[in-house]
Amino acid sequence: MNTKTILQETENGLFPPSKVMLDIRDLKKVYPTSKGDYIVLENLNLKIMKEEFVTIIGHSGCGKTTMLSMIAGLNPISGGNIAVLGKHIKGPGPDRGVIFQSPSLMPWMTSLQNVLLGVKKVFPHATKSQRKDIAKYYLQKVGLEDSFYKKASELSQGMQQRVGIARAFAIKPKVLLLDEPFGMLDSLTRGELQDILIEIWNKEKITAVMITHDVDEAIFLADRVIMMTSGPKAKIGDILDIGFERPRTRKSVLEHNDYYTYRKHLIDFLEH
Amino acid sequence: MKAITLGSFSKFVGLDFFTSLKNLFTGKLAKEDFKKFLRKVIVPLASILIFVGLWHLGAKSLYNIEATFRIEKALKDQGPVAAAALKTCIASGQASCQPNTLPSPTQVWDSFQSLLRDHRIINADKAAFIEKTATLNTKRIAAGKNAITYTGRPSFVDQIFRSLQTVFAGFLLALFIAVPLGIFIGLSPTLKSAFNWFIQIFKPVSPVVWYLLVFMIVKTLLIDSNEDSSFTISFISVGLCAMWATLVNTAMGVSSVDKDYINVAKVLKLGTFQKIFKVVLPSSLPLIFTGLKITLSVAWMVLIAIELLAQSPGLGLFVWEEFQNGANDSNAKIIVAMFVIGIIGFLLDRFMLTIQNWVSFDKTDAI
Repeated sequence: MNTKTILQETENGLFPPSKVMLDIRDLKKVYPTSKGDYIVLENLNLKIMKEEFVTIIGHSGCGKTTMLSMIAGLNPISGGNIAVLGKHIKGPGPDRGVIFQSPSLMPWMTSLQNVLLGVKKVFPHATKSQRKDIAKYYLQKVGLEDSFYKKASELSQGMQQRVGIARAFAIKPKVLLLDEPFGMLDSLTRGELQDILIEIWNKEKITAVMITHDVDEAIFLADRVIMMTSGPKAKIGDILDIGFERPRTRKSVLEHNDYYTYRKHLIDFLEH
Repeated sequence: MKAITLGSFSKFVGLDFFTSLKNLFTGKLAKEDFKKFLRKVIVPLASILIFVGLWHLGAKSLYNIEATFRIEKALKDQGPVAAAALKTCIASGQASCQPNTLPSPTQVWDSFQSLLRDHRIINADKAAFIEKTATLNTKRIAAGKNAITYTGRPSFVDQIFRSLQTVFAGFLLALFIAVPLGIFIGLSPTLKSAFNWFIQIFKPVSPVVWYLLVFMIVKTLLIDSNEDSSFTISFISVGLCAMWATLVNTAMGVSSVDKDYINVAKVLKLGTFQKIFKVVLPSSLPLIFTGLKITLSVAWMVLIAIELLAQSPGLGLFVWEEFQNGANDSNAKIIVAMFVIGIIGFLLDRFMLTIQNWVSFDKTDAI
């Protein structure tokens, strides 16, 4: 049996503190409404290791995005805490890069300027041309070497999201947070971008947390798939370890004997 | 870089009927373009002709009503002889006894011509004056005295340029007050609530009252000066009256920047300065420009009323003086001024639209 489901609470022994990148403890999110408090998340505990790629899957509205934006520091925490390398986070910061659901590029800037926007902050001592080189390097990585000077508004949705990926990697974050980054793309483009993402990730090995609705995407990209229960009071329902070797290719993953076991496990969870 | 053709340019400034017109003359008009040509060129021309025709008929009937009334009045008050004399006088077209009513299109066209002739005469006068005083003026300047300047009556064209000066001075004033203030108000909810009552109360105030308010203040401030303050007063009034659209739009644009952009700025930890200049301002430029466009057209609209009150030279004063003058062709001149005001207003609007299209990052949202 290769599928091994682990509930986080029982597995603390497997997570030596020196290897933990992101530590979420007793996380809680409450939205006050006129009919009393609405508890989105409660008692959410999760440890993510260095160089780990984790995907989070769950039904719409279960609080996945809320959790991710709390990790990003864009959404205040109601209870518990989130630590990156043992340090509690206070608001957003360049140690956590975010790739948003919509590309969120500044349409009045070129793709190069969009990537440079963050680079300047992270490498304040670099010269202008060094910064440009960093930005260009990542734009090349996502296959946009011909579009440095194109306005973001002139790019297709898929190309814009490529710039979004380059922008996130270029600031060299410790944790990369991806909020359904390919949800708005057609399936062909989605596959292309998954390949690009995993290719850069194989090189940079940045701890990544990605929300997705797509079971295949979740399995293809992740070391662990985290399944969240439906809200209110959403928490982690189940965790699935994906044992495929890296670097992976789509073909080898699809042909692997365990693939359908993993897939069935996830679908069974989502259908209950 | 795309080459700029007449076609792309005229489309850009929103006057793409020029393209159709050019195609007609160069014989490039394809069959499928013919419908477009009809709609863009023929229909507007036809409606202009219909408008002028209706105006002509209306003016004629008003003329007849007034003429008949006058003749009947003369008949009642002074007897048949006077009435007959008046009738022949009106029929002869003599200036002294013409009915004073809505002028016909031809009268307006004639007045337009006479205003242009007048302008040429005044220009010649001015040139002659400058030539005559040239040697004297160089001596005066050398002696440290002020040069003698031409103080004759301004021509209609001079008045137009004077009005444009006033409106641009007012527009710049509005720009320099409203845009920075709008940015501050948009960025800070505290400032917003501090200024909100102010905006709500002063926004609907009429140009006449603005003029009076500015007059009260400027008159006292310039109490020592012998200079004519009418230009200062009128451009400040125009600016204050017209700036509200820009103020409100700028504040709205700045405070309603797409949340995604703000999140990006937060995640990238941009500094305040960078956030304002790289994210907030560029994203609110389209709304700021919509505001400026409204401001310019409001400025041009209220200018006439304010010039009239301030006795500041310009089209407003021209209209008022012609009205007071009551000469035979005064009404026609007022209508000429009306068209000139309308056409300049239209051109100013196009001018702003062109700039707006040029700076806007989203080429689809310009109206």
